[in-house]
Amino acid sequence: MYTQALDIPPGEQPKRTPDAVENAAYQAEFDARIDAGATIEAKDWMPEAYRKTLVRQISQHAHSEIVGMLPEGNWISRAPSLKRKAILLAKVQDEGGHGLYLYAAAETLGVSRDELTEALLSGKAKYSSIFNYPTLNWADVGVIGWLVDGAAIMNQIPLCKCSYGPYARAMVRVCKEESFHQRQGYDALLAMMSGTDEQRELVQDAVNRWWWPSLMMFGPHDADSPNSGQSMRWGIKRISNDDLRQKFVDATVKQAEVLGVTLPDDELKWNEARGHYDFAAIDWDEFWNVVNGHGQCNVDRLAMRVKAWDDGAWVREAAVAHAEKQAAREKAAA
Amino acid sequence: MGATAMTSTNPAHLEYVLRLGDAALIHGQRLSEWCGQAPVLEEDLALANMALDFVGQARMLLSHAGTLEGKGRDEDTLAFLRHEGQYRNPTLCEMPNTDFAHTMIKGFLLGSFNLLMWSRLCGSSDKALAAIAAKSLKEARYHAEHTGDWVIRLGDGTEESHRRAQAALDMLWPYTNELFAANPTDDAAAAAGVGPAWSDLAEDWEKAVLPVLKHATLTVPARTPFQTYGKFGRHSEHLGHLLAVMQHLPRSFPGATW
Ligand SMILES: [Fe+2]
Ligand SMILES: [Fe+2]
Repeated sequence: MYTQALDIPPGEQPKRTPDAVENAAYQAEFDARIDAGATIEAKDWMPEAYRKTLVRQISQHAHSEIVGMLPEGNWISRAPSLKRKAILLAKVQDEGGHGLYLYAAAETLGVSRDELTEALLSGKAKYSSIFNYPTLNWADVGVIGWLVDGAAIMNQIPLCKCSYGPYARAMVRVCKEESFHQRQGYDALLAMMSGTDEQRELVQDAVNRWWWPSLMMFGPHDADSPNSGQSMRWGIKRISNDDLRQKFVDATVKQAEVLGVTLPDDELKWNEARGHYDFAAIDWDEFWNVVNGHGQCNVDRLAMRVKAWDDGAWVREAAVAHAEKQAAREKAAA
Repeated sequence: MGATAMTSTNPAHLEYVLRLGDAALIHGQRLSEWCGQAPVLEEDLALANMALDFVGQARMLLSHAGTLEGKGRDEDTLAFLRHEGQYRNPTLCEMPNTDFAHTMIKGFLLGSFNLLMWSRLCGSSDKALAAIAAKSLKEARYHAEHTGDWVIRLGDGTEESHRRAQAALDMLWPYTNELFAANPTDDAAAAAGVGPAWSDLAEDWEKAVLPVLKHATLTVPARTPFQTYGKFGRHSEHLGHLLAVMQHLPRSFPGATW
């Protein structure tokens, strides 16, 4: 899934300092490479602020993938056909895989997965607040694929050209799978829309609940995103929050028509002069409430991650203990 | 999918395939309950992967069962619209996850069984079943190996992991009696060349399982007269709850397609 563009100060201090001290010559070289559109690699010198911004963004993104397994995971055991069960299992497994590549990308910046996990479980690190909404009926699974994965793709395609090589390469792989998720989600909705009245009601109900949170995934308005400019300067961010959101709305309206659902916005209409759809104001109070921990599922999602981690402690300890015993036995035998 | 030339007139044949299909379905459903809750991310992926393999096997086997039956029931009708007493999985499959040790011990006991089963079924006189076996055999190799590695890690690991693995083995071992209990369905299926009588696999199964349990420093419980009858449709109390969850949507929206 995706990390939303949040201007929140980093919760943790990165541990590693670059090999070289910051100085004007390195900085000038770095700036020139960024300007030339060159890729920065893990071994390259980079300004500390660039590194911190990336660690924050990539780790938030990784956490979002992992927490994002939960709302849809909620429906695996109740999937209504074996085909849909298999598709959903594979999708949720993909999201876990995205988490893995992203943690690996973050590790190239000198943080460990354990530190990042600790930051998530302690509540210090953020993840995309879209996952703090509940999944209340089976159509939520389809709507998440269509709208949430759809918004994620909008956000992530520009990241495939992000200036930091390991992140950009992870995104190329992730984006391919997200497109697949979006198509499958849409396909599940098409099946429901061509079914019974009750099934159509489920879809509309899910669309009503997920539409606005999906628009919020693009983050605050550009005017309220003070750090966006710096991220753009560094080639981490390529397109502004509002531009991406507009692109998403423009692309989605037609899909909603084909599907036969109503997007819950009376002000949604084509604006000939702008060449875009106009849409109503976003409820930013709701957005910030959820970001700040007051969404319906914030507590549940984190509690579930913490429980899985705590319940698994003895298993991880066993794996380490066995590996140590095994190594000792091999040494004794040698 | 009406009655076709593929329909089998041998009721034991259908029953035999249903046992395999239901075993895959119910074991897969249990494994899928782990999603997002495994001890490490890599294991989340591995558990989902195994669950996915079993759901895939269940789809092929139940479709095939529907064809053999010839009454127009497809994989979903069979998976979702039968009542408890009509499921033919061995009781071991439906046992709850309880903890990671239960899941891995169960996965290993069943996985080792499946490995033998599929390798024998590759030569089935039922060509469709033989094709399913060829595909499933590759998956079963990974399942047996992955769960076997965990059985060793847990048994050999720490005092706590050893205790939990032993408790899981003590709990689940008696349910393996059912796997090898002789019955007329197996005899008829074996006579028709559909597949081995499961009781014939007992010896090879012990040869595969016991060394791993020994390596894991676990004590193999003594055989007791304990007997369960899931494969005849008489299950534990656990299956009804599993089905209540799994069947909820198709039962709530009769006639809907998804
Ligand atoms: Fe993802
Ligand atoms: Fe996705």
